[in-house]
This record gives sequence, C-alpha cells and structure tokens, in this order.
Amino acid sequence: MFPELNNLLNTTPEGAEQGKLTLLCDAKTDGSFLVHHFLSFYLKANCKVCFVALVQSFSHYNMVGQKLGVSLTTARERGQLVVLEGLKSAVDIFFRPQEEPHPLQFLREANAGDLQPLYAFVRDALEPVDCGEAAWRCPVLLVDDLSVLLSLGVGPVAVLDFVHYCRATVCREWKGNVVALVHDSGDAEDEESDVLLNGLSHQSHLILRAEGLATGFCKDVHGQVRGALAHWELLASSVRPTAPGQCRARAAEDPVEKTTAAHHPPGSKPHVPVQDTGQECILFRQRNVSCCSVT
Amino acid sequence: MAAAGTCGTGTRSTGSMVAAASTNNVTSFQRRGPRASGADSGCSRLVSIAGTRPSVRNGQLLVSTGLPALDQLLGGGLAVGTVLLIEEDKYNIYSPLLFKYFLAEGIVSGHALLVASAKEDPADILQKLPAPLIDDSYKKECDEDVCSHKMEPDIKMKIAWRYQLLPKMEAGPVSSSRFGHYYDISKRIPQELIETSKWHGFFLPEKISSAFNVESCSLTPGYMKLLQFIQNIIYKEGFDGSNPQKKQKNILRIGIQNLGSPLWGDDICCTENCDTSHSLTKFLYILRGLLRTSLSACIITMPTHLIQNKAVIARVTNLSDTVVGLESFIGSEKETNPLYKDYHGLIHIRQIPRLNNLIYDISDVKDLAFKLKKKLFTIERLHLPPDLSDTVSRSSKQDLAESTKLLGPGCGMTAGGKKHLDF
Repeated sequence: MFPELNNLLNTTPEGAEQGKLTLLCDAKTDGSFLVHHFLSFYLKANCKVCFVALVQSFSHYNMVGQKLGVSLTTARERGQLVVLEGLKSAVDIFFRPQEEPHPLQFLREANAGDLQPLYAFVRDALEPVDCGEAAWRCPVLLVDDLSVLLSLGVGPVAVLDFVHYCRATVCREWKGNVVALVHDSGDAEDEESDVLLNGLSHQSHLILRAEGLATGFCKDVHGQVRGALAHWELLASSVRPTAPGQCRARAAEDPVEKTTAAHHPPGSKPHVPVQDTGQECILFRQRNVSCCSVT
Repeated sequence: MAAAGTCGTGTRSTGSMVAAASTNNVTSFQRRGPRASGADSGCSRLVSIAGTRPSVRNGQLLVSTGLPALDQLLGGGLAVGTVLLIEEDKYNIYSPLLFKYFLAEGIVSGHALLVASAKEDPADILQKLPAPLIDDSYKKECDEDVCSHKMEPDIKMKIAWRYQLLPKMEAGPVSSSRFGHYYDISKRIPQELIETSKWHGFFLPEKISSAFNVESCSLTPGYMKLLQFIQNIIYKEGFDGSNPQKKQKNILRIGIQNLGSPLWGDDICCTENCDTSHSLTKFLYILRGLLRTSLSACIITMPTHLIQNKAVIARVTNLSDTVVGLESFIGSEKETNPLYKDYHGLIHIRQIPRLNNLIYDISDVKDLAFKLKKKLFTIERLHLPPDLSDTVSRSSKQDLAESTKLLGPGCGMTAGGKKHLDF
C-alpha cells in the first residue's frame, strides 16, 4: 500500500468506498505496482479478497506484499485471501486432465467459449457466510490482468461479460469492489484489446492510467498516473509520486506544465474536483456511473 | 517419448571452484556486490548448482546467457524459471549467435540441455557451438584484441579516480569468473565436451511424422508436441521439485529456435487474421507455467519481423519475461551512415522482468550497439562521434540530431518528442 497514492485518491483503508469498479490501465509501462497497491490496501482494510493472478507466480506477489507490509500466506491461511494462480493451474489443466471443471477450463478447449467457470469460482470464493466469527468487511475481486485472457484465446466480449457479471454480483449485490488491470496496446492495432478497454472504461467508476512518459525513458521518473495525475518514481518498497514539474530530474523551470496539469478534460464532471497536495494542483477525475441493475 | 540425444553424465568440476572461493573471505562485513555474493557463504544453499549465482537484488537464482556483457544488461543474468525472448534480426545472422552462446554456456557449466528446432537437427546445432576460452589460453590468444584497453583492476587511480567506478560494458575477461564464460566463435566446441554433456533434442520433422494423432486442442500440433516433450523431460529428470533428484541438483537450459516461423506449422507469419493466432501466446503461457515450477531457463529466438499482426507481437512481449531485440544494419540505410560505421547493429533491451520486487534492474544506458569481431560478439555503448569542426554552428548540430532521430531510436531514445518535455 502506498500512502501517497491514497492521499491522491483521498481514501484510507478504514474508509474505503464500496460498490465500485476500479479499472487500472497501463500504456507503454508496467502498471503492476497498482495491483500490488490495491492488493495490500484491501488486505489491510480487512476485506475478503479473491485474487485472480494470471501474470506472476504466487511467491512473487507474496514477496512484494511483504515489502508493502502484508503477508499473503497468512492471509490465505486465515481465509481472507483466495488466490487463483494462473501459471500453475495452466500446467495442471494441460498435462493432468481432471474430472471436475477448472476455473480456467477454456485453456484446453479449441474454441474458448465463455468464462462461466471462472465466474463460478469468484462467486464461491467471495460469497458472504453468516456463521464465521471472522467477519470480513466487504468482498473484493482483483484481477491481474484481463489482457492475458485475450492472449489465451478468450474473446473480448466474453471478458466483458465476465466483468459485468462480477460487477453485478460483487459490487451491487454484496456491496464489494472489483479492481482489474488491462494493458492499453496503444499503437499496436490490437482490435480486441481496444474493444475490451473501451468497454471497461465505460463501466468503471474510477480509471487509473499508468503511462510511460511521452518523452521516453527516464531514470528517476518511471511514468505518470492519470486519473490522479502525478509522476511517480518506483522505489524498492514504495512509490514516490511527484507532481509534474517538481521531480528532481527536472532541468529547468517550465511553467507550461502546470497549466496543462490542472486542465479539466472537457465534459467530465469531477466528483472531488481539485485537491491540494501541497505541491501542485492535482486533478482527480472520477466517473459518475451508477451501477446498473442486472437480472 | 524417449530422448533422441545421447545421454551421458555431466561433468561438474566447475562447481567445486565456487565453494572453494568462499574460504577467501576474511571478514563477513562485505558489500554484497555481484562478485562478492557469488562467494558469500550465506548463499551456499543456492550456489550449490554450478554456473549459477543468486541475484543481488531479488535473491532469484541466475544463470549466465553466455555473454557476460548481456548478463550485465539484464541485471546480472537470466533468472531461473524465466523466458528470454530474442527478436531475430532481419536476415537471422546475429540471433543464432546469442542462441549458441546460451547453449555453449550450459555445456561448459555442466547443465542439461534441451534443444528444439524445426529447421536444423539439434545434434548439428550442438556441433556448431563456439569453443570456450579457458582463462589461461585466453590470455595469450587475445592480448592484442580486447585486453589492450582493459584496465587492470588492482591499479588504483591517483587522479580521475571516479572513472574507476565506471561499469565496464566492454567484454573483458574476469579471470576467476565461474559465472559466464567467453567464447571463440571462430572455433568449434571440443567434441569431448559435447559427449560428456547431457542433452535432449527435439527436431520437429521427426516428431511429427512419428505419431500424428492430434488431440482436439487449440494448439498447433508442433507446439503441442514440444510442450509435452519439455514437460516429460522436466518430470522424468526431476527438474521440478516433485520428483526429487537423487544426485546433485542441476539446471535445464531450454533453447527453442525460430519459434513462430512457418516451419513450426504456425501461420501467423503468413496471414494477418488466422485461426491459430492464439496458438503461440497460449504456448508461451503454458511454457512459462512449466518453467516457473522447475529449475530451468529458456531462450527463444523468434522472427518477430515476419509476424503480420502487430498485436501478436505486443502480446508475445507481455507474456515473456526478458525481451531483447536485435536490429542489424545489413541492407538498411544505417549501413552507410557514418554514425554507425563501427557497429553491425543495435541491441534493444525491450523488457526486463520484475521478480519479487516492484522495480527491476535497469541499466542507465539504453543506446547499445553490437559488433561482431573475428572471434567475439561484443555489446558496446553507442556514442555519438564528437563534433570536431570549428565552423559548425548550433543549427547544423540540431540537424545532425534530427537526422539521428529519424534514423532510429538508438540515439533518440531519450528524446522521442522534441517539444514535449515532461520535466
């Protein structure tokens, strides 16, 4: 969990909002630090978390989690965290066929159909139980990342359906949260990815975009986060956001950057309009979409 | 599915040298530098495998790519359990060299090899591996070549001492290095080294003709067979922890040549929209799952410039761990450009994995070029030549900068857009 990012988003683990779909999106950079942030954030917030980890192995997430102050193994033993490890189960599905359907069953099928087994897995993992003395605050689904599903042959519409179902169940019925990462393919002309990204952007309440700098590689600044516009620098166990124009790699005064940073995008209704972080006006854009009702 | 290759017992004489080096440590208060960590007694559990060392940053076990200059760029080496993807150069001249270096390093370190190809018989590939330069023979062989401008590390600089700390991108031999060797590409590897090594070959034409019963699966038959072959080797030889190895643990080095080319039965290189476009990405995903649960490292060369659909390349990159691109000057405008006259091509480090960490080992230098010498493949930092003429004005300097930008990302890496500066 990065306190700086919480400050920018004006949230704390104690006062986390409920019923929201947060879309994490990265373009020309790696946005996985946002996944680590939200994973540790919700574990600290005492939420029941279902983590669909398709990119890295569990030990990787665990090691990073420890640096951020949460232990994934103990959370898993306590029953707070349910992890679906994509890489490991892919091997199991492929070489050791089982009888009962696996959440990632589509890997074996020639024409990957829908993600119904995956949805069933999420539902079973997060379904609130009454008996438990350990009452978790709210259920949270975290997916890293949805673009992998496209690479594995699932159509974008099937992924959108999956997110829609999860939103209806987790966000609306159980008043929980859904957080998902997608890659923005940018100029790679990936039509499927564009369909997915646009569809998700339409549904989500908050979009955090991690972008590489347009000017290219920089040693001290790894990119910028849009949504909460700030440059960030990744450190071994934290993220240091700097307002544009304020980082130490700066060469000279550049007053132009300040005005563009605080410029409202046309047509957007900022919910929490402008926050003062002490350095710079940082715009926080929140999409005002009411959660639709699904039967 | 029996291994086609000859299976002997590997020699692991190099392993004892690493253990012996640990006795030289006088004090325990030492900086965990790349060289010190190899001999660190605290890491003796990890160093027990020859030709490996733990990463300074994330504790992951590393193997050498066979090219110490490349190891340095990738943060010390290639992490065990990850995939190194080499984007082939246009005429496929230089990428086979990296492939051979990787395999030769495996033979010298006593690792098990798995060579897969659809084009050449793996036995032939092994015959063409470069010969390792053992330290004493190296000294007399290339005194005139590299050693001439390689500083002796013992000499303390009195003035300009800061230069002593500069990392050496240059390929120069470290005499006691057991991690990463140097090779002479003008000579073949000695026969006895190949005979004593343990290797498995996967030659696609043989495998496909032998049994052609395709299970209804979304993978093309070639990929399917290869995955089953790799899984079989990993399971049988005990490279996954489940079937514990009786003898000393060893690393499996997997090399896959020209993956994705039409010879593999994949048509992503032929048409833009094909039915099997998910075959390659799916293969990579399952392969990575296999590697993550076993003691193995994999190198793949892929003709990415042949892949018609650009979206597939982006996905392949996302599904690999380390991605290195080679861009040769042959046949391009850059061949005659005076900027590049000393080099044969550019090397792009496109992706470095984040393992057990938020950040990755990033080198400060992004503009790198490679040069193929008579005996050696070297990677060097690309420098703009100094502007020596007196009459040159500021505007013409900008013109030169513009022209380099147009020519490619090699020099313009830090300046993608000229007006948009973020800081």
